[in-house]
Amino acid sequence: MNLWLTILLAGLATFLIRYSFIGAAGRVNAPAWFARMLRYVPIAALTALIWPDLLLPAGELQLSLHNPRLLAGLIAALVAWRSQNIFLTIAVGMGALWGLQWLL
Amino acid sequence: MSTPAPAPSPALTPASARQEFTAGLAAVSPLLLGAVPFGLIYGALAVQAGIPPPLAIAISSIVFAGSAQFMITKLVAAATPGLLIVLSVAIINLRHALYSAALADKLAHLPLRWKLLLAYLLTDEAYAAALRRLQRSGDASLIHWHLMGTGLGLWIVWQLSCIAGVVLGGRIPQAWSLDFAGTLTFIAIVVPLLKDKPALAAMAAAGVVAVLVFALPYKLFIIAAALSGMAMGVLVERLVARQGAQA
Repeated sequence: MNLWLTILLAGLATFLIRYSFIGAAGRVNAPAWFARMLRYVPIAALTALIWPDLLLPAGELQLSLHNPRLLAGLIAALVAWRSQNIFLTIAVGMGALWGLQWLL
Repeated sequence: MSTPAPAPSPALTPASARQEFTAGLAAVSPLLLGAVPFGLIYGALAVQAGIPPPLAIAISSIVFAGSAQFMITKLVAAATPGLLIVLSVAIINLRHALYSAALADKLAHLPLRWKLLLAYLLTDEAYAAALRRLQRSGDASLIHWHLMGTGLGLWIVWQLSCIAGVVLGGRIPQAWSLDFAGTLTFIAIVVPLLKDKPALAAMAAAGVVAVLVFALPYKLFIIAAALSGMAMGVLVERLVARQGAQA
C-alpha cells in the first residue's frame, strides 16, 4: 500500500476511535469488559515493540551481557521505575547505550 | 478559575469561555515543554526511517498521536505492509475510545463541528487535563473551551517541534542509534503502568509472544503480542478478583 494512503487510513482510524463515543452523544456506553481490556492496550502494544528491540537487536535472540541494547534498556527501566520521568529515562538510556557500545 | 459562581452561569458568556480556554492552555503548558523533545526525536526518526519529509510532517497532523507516530517510524523502517501499520496504529490508539466515552456526556449538547474538532484534538494530555478540571468543583458546562485550549496548545507546539525534528533529522549520524530513543520512550511510558499483577502479566505475555513469533511474516508479531498481552491482563485481573472474593 502506498505510504500516503497508509497514513491517511491510520489517521482516519485514529479519528474514528476518538470520535466514537463523542459522536454517539452519550447514547451508547462503553461495555465494562471493553473498558477493562483497554487498560492493557498501551502496556501490551508498546511491550510488543520494546522486547524485540532489546532482545533481538539483529533479528536474533541475544540474551547476553554483550548486548548493549538489553543492558541500556534494563537500566532505563530502572530509572523509569524510580523516577517516573520520561526525559531522565531517555537521557540515561541513551547515555548507557553509548557508553556500553564504546566499552563492549 | 476558582470563580465562586454556584449559580448556573448563562451559556457561553465570552468571558468565562475565555477563562476556560486560558485555563486549558495553562493546564497543558508544563506538558508543552515536554512535547518539544518528543517531537524533535519523532521528526528525526521519521526521516531516518526513510519517510519523505513532507509526509513525515503531515503525519503529525493526520495522526496527531505521539506513541503511534513513534510506532509508525519503527514499522516503516522495517518495511511493514501498510494494512498492518494501520491495524497497529488502531490498536495502540484504542485507549482513546475510553477518553471519548468519558467525555461523551459532557459534549453531547455541542454542535457537530465542535464534536469533530474536539475528537480530533483528543490526546492523552488533553484528556488528563480535562479530568483534573472536572474533578475541581464548580460549573463545568464550558469544559469544551478547556479542551480546546489544551488541544490547540498541544497541536501547535507538536507540529512545530516535529517540523524542527524533520529538518534536523537528516543531519544526525546513524551511529548515534537515535532509533533507541523511541524504544526508551516506550519504556518510560510502560514502566509506570506496571502497578499490579495483571499489568505485569500483560507485559510479560506481550513480550514473550513478541520474541517467540518475531520471525512471522509482515511483522505480525506486533498484533499477536499486543492481543496476547491484552488477553493475559484481563485473564489475570479476573483470577486476582476471584482470589480476593474467596479470601
